[in-house]
Amino acid sequence: MNNHASAQPSGRHPLVAFAARWLLTTNHKEIGTLYLCLSFLLFFIAGAFAMAIRTELFQPGIQLIEPEFYNQLVTLHGLVMVFGVVMPAFVGLANWMVPMMIGAPDMALPRLNNFSFWILPFAFTLLLSSLFMEGGAPNFGWTFYAPLSTTYGPPSTDFFIFGVHLMGISSVLGAINIIVTILNLRTPGMTLMRMPMFVWTWLITAFLLIMVMPVLAGLVTMMLTDRHFGTSFFDASGGGDPVLFQHIFWFFGHPEVYIMILPGFGIASQIIPTFARKKLFGYNSMVFATASIAFLSFIVWGHHMFTTGMPLFGELFFMYATMLIAVPTGVKVFNWIATMWGGSMTFETPMLFAIGFVVLFTIGGLSGLMLSIVAADFQYHDTFFVVAHFHYVLYPGAIFSTMAAVYYWLPKWTGNMYDERLGKIHFWTASIAVNMTFFPMHFTGLAGMPRRIVDYSPQFADFNMLSSVGAGLLGLTQVLFLYIVIKTIRGGPKATDQVWEGAEGLEWTVPSPAPRHTFETPPSFPGDEPDHAYDQVPGPRDGGDTDEP
Amino acid sequence: MAGILMNRKLQSKHTALLALLAVGMFGFAFALVPLYTVFCELTGLNGKTSGRAAVIETAVQESDRVVTVQFLARVGKGLPWEFRPSEPQLRVRLGKIYTTTYFARNRASESVTGQAVPSVAPGVAALHLQKVECFCFRQQVLTANQVLEMPVQFFVDTQLPEDIHTLSLSYTMYPVAELENTDLAQLRR
Amino acid sequence: MREGVTEMSRRILDLHHMSLWVCVIVGIIVFGIMAYSIFAHSRSRHPVPASFSHSTRAEIIWTIIPVLILAFMAIPATTALVDIEDNSESDLTVLITGSQWKWHYQYLEAGIGYYSRLSTPQEQIYNLEPKGENYLLQVDKPLVLPTNKKVRFLMTSNDVIHSWWVPDFAVKQDAIPGYINEAWTRVDEPGLYRGQCAELCGMDHAFMPIVVEVQPEAEFDSWIADQRLAMALASETAVADRNKTWTMAELRPLGEEIFLQHCATCHQPDGMGQTGKYPALAGSEITTGNIPDHLARVMEGKVDTEMQAWAPQLTDLELAAVITYERNAWGNNTSDMVQPMTVYQSR
Repeated sequence: MNNHASAQPSGRHPLVAFAARWLLTTNHKEIGTLYLCLSFLLFFIAGAFAMAIRTELFQPGIQLIEPEFYNQLVTLHGLVMVFGVVMPAFVGLANWMVPMMIGAPDMALPRLNNFSFWILPFAFTLLLSSLFMEGGAPNFGWTFYAPLSTTYGPPSTDFFIFGVHLMGISSVLGAINIIVTILNLRTPGMTLMRMPMFVWTWLITAFLLIMVMPVLAGLVTMMLTDRHFGTSFFDASGGGDPVLFQHIFWFFGHPEVYIMILPGFGIASQIIPTFARKKLFGYNSMVFATASIAFLSFIVWGHHMFTTGMPLFGELFFMYATMLIAVPTGVKVFNWIATMWGGSMTFETPMLFAIGFVVLFTIGGLSGLMLSIVAADFQYHDTFFVVAHFHYVLYPGAIFSTMAAVYYWLPKWTGNMYDERLGKIHFWTASIAVNMTFFPMHFTGLAGMPRRIVDYSPQFADFNMLSSVGAGLLGLTQVLFLYIVIKTIRGGPKATDQVWEGAEGLEWTVPSPAPRHTFETPPSFPGDEPDHAYDQVPGPRDGGDTDEP
Repeated sequence: MAGILMNRKLQSKHTALLALLAVGMFGFAFALVPLYTVFCELTGLNGKTSGRAAVIETAVQESDRVVTVQFLARVGKGLPWEFRPSEPQLRVRLGKIYTTTYFARNRASESVTGQAVPSVAPGVAALHLQKVECFCFRQQVLTANQVLEMPVQFFVDTQLPEDIHTLSLSYTMYPVAELENTDLAQLRR
Repeated sequence: MREGVTEMSRRILDLHHMSLWVCVIVGIIVFGIMAYSIFAHSRSRHPVPASFSHSTRAEIIWTIIPVLILAFMAIPATTALVDIEDNSESDLTVLITGSQWKWHYQYLEAGIGYYSRLSTPQEQIYNLEPKGENYLLQVDKPLVLPTNKKVRFLMTSNDVIHSWWVPDFAVKQDAIPGYINEAWTRVDEPGLYRGQCAELCGMDHAFMPIVVEVQPEAEFDSWIADQRLAMALASETAVADRNKTWTMAELRPLGEEIFLQHCATCHQPDGMGQTGKYPALAGSEITTGNIPDHLARVMEGKVDTEMQAWAPQLTDLELAAVITYERNAWGNNTSDMVQPMTVYQSR
């Protein structure tokens, strides 16, 4: 942290100074911005892949995209969205907000932070360049099951493996940074049970990351040795087992999907109290529910594998464990509603996205409950019913919560209010588009349409056309979002420090835009009541605490 | 700032522990491989039978229960063999030892080595299909145009769950490659 | 979801309806409460927010009620599953082998077997002709089963993981190379039932459907007898074919037909393959080199690649024809001819 924000007349060419600033920064705000920009760029790229997919699926028959290339698009769409959009976006938000929320001057390991980021553009250049390699890009789905990916994968698979290693390293180093920061740099007086929920969810997510990303690294290493060094982990002819691949993958994969939603839960827990002008309901339970979800996520991986020939007791165990996750998740949803209940709500764009998140994520969670019923899963597995489920929890889930966070915190980052009217238009058109795209998929799946197919029987045509139209509209809403973000960065009505009337927390005590360095001295954080998120700004929420609604 | 500086030692400790956790989980991924094998051997989950010969008790318990054992054969890609069971199935009494054979013929004009990989359905029955002698225990080399009848000596033990009446035993015979070409990408070109 | 034609498919539909109704009712209640709150507790209508942020009683209630609902759902879910996993006491067994990109069915007791491939013409897929009924859900030879008999399926694969799925039976099991999985069904009603491969298995994953023709028992028995007869006849034809010496004019056109039907998907009609994936046959070492190696490659396949063993799938004549074609097409002017007898002697 040795160069100050204002440009030094050092005689360097402005371009060099610009590059040096962004390549070498160790500032959590700048690194947060870098992650968010990368995520947004990759969102458009992976979104373009989705547009190509949905264009091909607009009608039965093969119109534009050959089957071989289609499988590459499906694979890259998944890989880039998971590893390049959702995860970096949440990391970017963590970088920006966690230090400010706990009153710390920066992350605990600033140089590691820089390194964690800059691995990613390199990793994604590697991954995306595979499209131009001989044999094409990886074409075996983002879940890359063996032996399709090991024995039968194209030459670019090895670059894919290398890319996954790099992304994993970035995530693990980032997660270590976040945990060390949260455990050590909280301002005095902020005990763990007085931290904002976004910080809690990120603390738990970071532990999940450290535990499962290395398992993925081990898995792709085994893939590499199966491909080139004569091992047979997943090859029956050498005494291995393709199903072992799935066990290891989903041991990573299931916690991974919770990694992709817990920070979103934290964001909702920040935004809803602000706009309801009421404290988060049941803070302690929210913490424990999040921890329960994280714990349970380790013992449900088999629910992705019900058709692999699992014996009865395995199926029953995974069914019951998966159904159980509905309980802490339900607690969270009920607590958000209880936060809204009796509040004094206004519906600015962040609140709209947060409410949309709660409603639509819940729909995705409910379809997940249906999927957990093993016997019924025999009809749902590998159909568009599953595609509908995970797109509901990922798009209105992870992505809407990210958008909510961006609208919520943009004024703090830039000092400018975004255009509220445009924000609302974005929300409503995105909500309509997201439902138009993904709701029909429940029906095509139930009617019998499998996943990952380039062409389909005409009985599925009407719903597919509807999904494709919705997808086109959804793509357009992203362009609107980009426009809104850029417009806000460039200017707008000035934001106050607190920005939102009901906002509470240390981050709202610093100026808007937040100065390059904040909390170089730890702020005071008075009060010692447990179970309060924080008590900084006196206001309508400070009316004491009763047990009954 | 003072509070943060004093924490450096603790921060380093946390960082080191977390890094150790990450490395440990990387090792755990590899540990899952033998863990899975052991779990499957204990429970028969993936239908793999043991690669070791079963020991014949001097007095093998026989029971009245009779089940059907079906014999299946498959040939892996690139193996120029004909491979089939001599009999499609046997009605067997639990605990009694039976012998059946598989027939293999090498169509090629040079010597070819194969390795048979067994699989049993239902998976849990694999625990109870005890092989005393099996051609799958070792690689089989057939010279040009050689024909071979290969025995399997086995019994189904009396612990077989009550609800299993039919077992299917399948062998897939895979070619054993000359191990110079470990780079599969080379092979594909 | 369809009701299907088996007891299990109906029970699964019931489970689906049960969980769907639970979700719909929960959704209505939860979203209804939210909607009310959005209306009643907006700032304009409710200017002073309440100050509560706890209620242990409420939290206990909304933890226990979901647990009870889940327990209620788990009971029928468990009993249905126990019955589905009971593969015992079947009347016949069919070994199903998935490969890229077709299915093979083998009737273990009857001793007959055959391949089942998509029969939708490419012209329909590429929009040159209107799409027929059962587009993408039609095959050349369906699996034939009897009604009211418990059929045990054994699934495996020759290459990658596939998954055999017939929605009307509610049977879906993965076909895993080197392993066999079990499933069963008992179909009540005769008819034609269609399904698809349900695990991404490479390029033509969308193009390997399943069709099952279920016939009353008597018809099924006579179908089996017919199949056995057809096999015998095919053997006789094969004997005749290999005892004849064929001309280039006879072999090449047949070879081209076989090539376009089975080989062009990967090696392309012009024999150029796809770089990095499927080798070109035009000017390749194998198609212009010695015949025994060419024969071996086509008949046995190539280990650890998508090149399958065609010896079990094509007759001597078909193999002879396609190899002859490959050795003389696209500028591979070897003038070689391969006779069915040569193929037969290599088996």
